[in-house]
Amino acid sequence: MSHWRRRRGAPVLDFAAANGLIDRRALLGSGMTIAGGLAAAASVTGAAAEPLADAPWSIAVGDVMPAVQTPSAFEKDVTRALSNPNGEFRTSHARTPHHRLGGTITPNGLHFSINHGGVPNIDPAGHKLVIHGMVRRPLEFTLESLSRYPLVTRTAFVECAGNSAPMFAQEPLQTTVQMLHGLVSNAEWTGVPLSTLLDEAGIDPTAKWLVAEGADAQFLDRSVPVKKAYDDALIAIYQNGEHLMPGNGYPMRLLLPGYQGNMNVKYLRRIIVIDQPAYSYFETKNYSQILPGGKTWRYHFLMEVKSFISQPSYGSSLKQPGLYAISGLAYSGTGRIVKVMVSADGGKSWGEAALQGPIHEKAFTRFVMPWRWDGQPAILQSRAYDDGGNVQPLRAEFVAMRGEATRPVTTPLTFPNQHYNSITSWAVDSTGAIKHVYA
Amino acid sequence: MSMHRITAASVLAFALGAGAASAQDTGLGKPLTESDIKQWDIAVLPDGTNLPPGSGTAEQGAKIFAQKCSACHGDAAKGGIAPYYPTLIGGQPLTNGIDTVKTIANYYAYATTIFDYVRRAMPYNMPRSLSDDEVYALTAYILALNKLIGDGDVMDAKTLPQVKMPNRDNFIMPYPDRL
Repeated sequence: MSHWRRRRGAPVLDFAAANGLIDRRALLGSGMTIAGGLAAAASVTGAAAEPLADAPWSIAVGDVMPAVQTPSAFEKDVTRALSNPNGEFRTSHARTPHHRLGGTITPNGLHFSINHGGVPNIDPAGHKLVIHGMVRRPLEFTLESLSRYPLVTRTAFVECAGNSAPMFAQEPLQTTVQMLHGLVSNAEWTGVPLSTLLDEAGIDPTAKWLVAEGADAQFLDRSVPVKKAYDDALIAIYQNGEHLMPGNGYPMRLLLPGYQGNMNVKYLRRIIVIDQPAYSYFETKNYSQILPGGKTWRYHFLMEVKSFISQPSYGSSLKQPGLYAISGLAYSGTGRIVKVMVSADGGKSWGEAALQGPIHEKAFTRFVMPWRWDGQPAILQSRAYDDGGNVQPLRAEFVAMRGEATRPVTTPLTFPNQHYNSITSWAVDSTGAIKHVYA
Repeated sequence: MSMHRITAASVLAFALGAGAASAQDTGLGKPLTESDIKQWDIAVLPDGTNLPPGSGTAEQGAKIFAQKCSACHGDAAKGGIAPYYPTLIGGQPLTNGIDTVKTIANYYAYATTIFDYVRRAMPYNMPRSLSDDEVYALTAYILALNKLIGDGDVMDAKTLPQVKMPNRDNFIMPYPDRL
């Protein structure tokens, strides 16, 4: 810590909010210092230093370089959490370990995945995409022909509508951010704008809907408004620079930034242009929500503004009082994140977190907030704001609007309802242990 | 001219030159014929569009269900391993709570959804192995078990879209401006 610059005359920052939240400009290269200093410096003893020995990896030639590199063996616990590891005849989920990741891009091997009929093993040479229906000229494309278009690249999160569903429980489940919020990930996607292909096929201007269909064992299909196709939809063929992962739609998928993950149809084989929605199974049942009073939402589409703290969070603990960075992810299906507020006292006071740029619309934005933990109980929360004026709802507001599960929720693998975007609260006790609470 | 202002369409138009059929015609998409499309087009719409020829009854469906469906869905569709294969019969009122189990009887808006999903996705380990008559019969069986049609009613391209589903008009679109 001796390399911290303490320039004479540098501005001194105050605490940003109660319970140790420090102004977001601290420690971010601004040269600013903090009122009262950060923590007592580690004591320097006068004992003689032990001789410095070179570590084993420093005195031998390293391993042979592999053709495709994988993470260090010391990262073996950084894995997705599987809901159906034995491949029973039901849906499989793999959840992203947000508490073990940094930055905003989800590594391809850790991108969340849900497959309702297993992961298909598609040979791209045998895969076709057809566009037909209310078009002048039905067309067929392949991975090879799509690759010849001038491709575009954008960053976007994809979130399952059922992400965070365990938080509909009346009692907070004691589980990790991975199990609560692991059904959202963020990647750089490269592909052909869907509008380019629809224009080429000569879309009927009166068409209102598309039905996108995948080549998986379910021929999974979803209805998509034509309006979205002309807004920002992409036929994605690359994910973070390499062709899509099998679990994320290889060799091509529909990307609808900010819309329910299930609508971003993987293994895309067909787009029908029509004048009415199909009322497919998944839009009829799974991805439709019951509201308090018994009315239901259908064709919800939008994943609304949301954030959660990934570090520190349940499953880790604070070893000693002192400086920590509260860090997490914020995103909105409407647009850009403009502000994330963080609280260390359960929402009584809030300070503005620093946002790591560049900030893309409909993509993860990482927020970070320096925090000096004084060893006393604290409740950590984050609340996101987007450029459409939308604010992540407080839990009381959310529950009043959307309700809670009536039956006990005993596992984070169940989906009492969908489209949960309220606040996550982590309570730190005086021993540094972290619990999931509602606050 | 700023490179940033050049759209993908104008790049293509320029690349193709004046002789191209249209600005959007890249020649990269392979034109399809009507018979090509027919093979692809299995999507059934709520108004019955694209329902195939054929028919079936609940009585026929019961036999097929016992052979091809009950291993997961249980005898007479009463449910298999909970909670993954719940009963296909009945359902609680949606006023019971936001976590009420969604069923054909309490939730589906259109009976065509059953036909479409069974035809495209079932049986789970042998999708698209059922004939259209079998799918009509299974659809009739499930609808009859739910008392949404009579035991002797024939389901076909004409009758299926006319089945009235109880929850049809109970839906709200949260973002109508996004259509």
